[in-house]
Amino acid sequence: MKNHVWRPLFVVIGLVVFILLVRMLYVPVDFNAQEKGYTFGYHRLSNEQEWKDYPAKYKESGYCLECHPENTATLAESAHAMIPCENCHGAALQHPDAPELLTVDRSRELCVRCHSSLFMPSSGRSAIPGIDPAEHNVDELCSDCHNPHNPSLEEM
Amino acid sequence: MKRRDFLKSAAVFVSGASVSISALEIFEPGEILAAAPELRWAFLVDTYKCVGCGFCVKGCKIENDIPLEANVTRTWVERYVLTKDGDVVADSPKGALNGFTSNLIDQNASGMKKIADTDIAQAFFVPKLCNHCETPACVQVCPVGATYQTADGVVLVDRTWCIGCGYCIMGCPYGVRFFHPVEKVVDKCTFCYHRISNGQTTACVQACPFGARQIGNLRDPGDPVAKAVLTQRVGVLRDEYGTKPHVFYIGLNMEVR
Repeated sequence: MKNHVWRPLFVVIGLVVFILLVRMLYVPVDFNAQEKGYTFGYHRLSNEQEWKDYPAKYKESGYCLECHPENTATLAESAHAMIPCENCHGAALQHPDAPELLTVDRSRELCVRCHSSLFMPSSGRSAIPGIDPAEHNVDELCSDCHNPHNPSLEEM
Repeated sequence: MKRRDFLKSAAVFVSGASVSISALEIFEPGEILAAAPELRWAFLVDTYKCVGCGFCVKGCKIENDIPLEANVTRTWVERYVLTKDGDVVADSPKGALNGFTSNLIDQNASGMKKIADTDIAQAFFVPKLCNHCETPACVQVCPVGATYQTADGVVLVDRTWCIGCGYCIMGCPYGVRFFHPVEKVVDKCTFCYHRISNGQTTACVQACPFGARQIGNLRDPGDPVAKAVLTQRVGVLRDEYGTKPHVFYIGLNMEVR
C-alpha cells in the first residue's frame, strides 16, 4: 500500500503514545481504585491524609477548663451548663499563643438564638424561657442585667 | 487400562477434586474487612431536641473556613410549621447561621409569612448535612475521580483534582454540595474528617448545647449512635433514591423533604 495511506496511522499511534506518556507522568502513583472499588473509591489515596491534617479550630470545653477553673463551679450548677465555652467566647484556635485574647460575643443576637420566644410545639424550643427581642429592653445588652454563667432570674 | 476404566476413574477424580477445592476456598482477609470494616461513621439527629439556635452552622463555617456571609453552607437547619389546615411552611434563613429569632417565615418571592400560634399544629426544626451515603450518587457521576468514599464511609472531595464541572452538585438528591467561593472547587460536609480521625467530635456536634446531633461508629455495638439506630425508630431522608444515607433522624415527619 502507498505511503500516504500509512502516514496518518503513524500519526495516530504517535499521538496515543504521547497521551499515554503524559498521563503516566501527570497522574499520581497512588491514584487508583481503593477499598470502595472503582465506582466509589477511585481517587488519590494521599488526599485522605490531607483532609486528616486540616487544622482544627475548636478545642472543646475540656481544653478551656485546664487553665480557667474560675467560672466552672457556678456554670456547672446553672441552666447554661450545657453550652460549650467556645459558643460565646469564640473558637480557641491556637490560644493562648494565637490569639492571646479571645473576643467574647456579648451581642443580643447571640442570646436570642435560643431566647427569642417562638411557638414551636414538638420542639425543645418551647421549653426555653423566651422574650420578644423587639420589645425587651431594646437598647441594652443582655449581659448588663443577666449573668450568662448564672442566668437564674432569682439571683439576678 | 481399558478406556471405560480410564473414563470412570477420571470422572471420580474430577468430581472429588472439584468438591475439595471449593471447600478449601481461601478468603482474602482484605476482602472480608472491606465487606464489614471495623469503622463506619454515621450521624444521628434528634429533631425533638433541636431548638434552632444555629450554633452548629456557625461552628461548622468557622471550623471549615466557609465564608460566614456567603450564601453557602455545609450544614443548615430548616424550620417546619404544619398548620391545622394541613399546610406545610418551611424556611431556613441564611441556613440558620444566626438561628431562628423571628416567627415570620421566609417564603422568598412571596415575602414573609406570619402564622398565628393558634393555627399551628406542629412546629419543629430539622438539621441537615451530608448523608455520607453507602452508594453516593455524587461520587458515581464524578468524571475525574475527584470525589470518593473512604473505607470508613466518609465522602470527600479532592480539592487538587476537582475540575468544578458541577455534576456532583446536580447528582446529590439532598442538595448538600455547593461551589466553594474561595477555593473554587466543589465543597461539602466532611463529617469533620480531620476531627473524627483524631479522636475529637465534629464541630457541629461539639457546638450543639442540646445534644441534638451525635456522630458515632455504626460497627461498634457499644456506641450510642449504633445503639440508637439499632433499637429506636429512626428515619432517613429520601430513602427511595437508594443511596443508603447514613444520617439517621429521630422524630422525622413525612412532611420533611
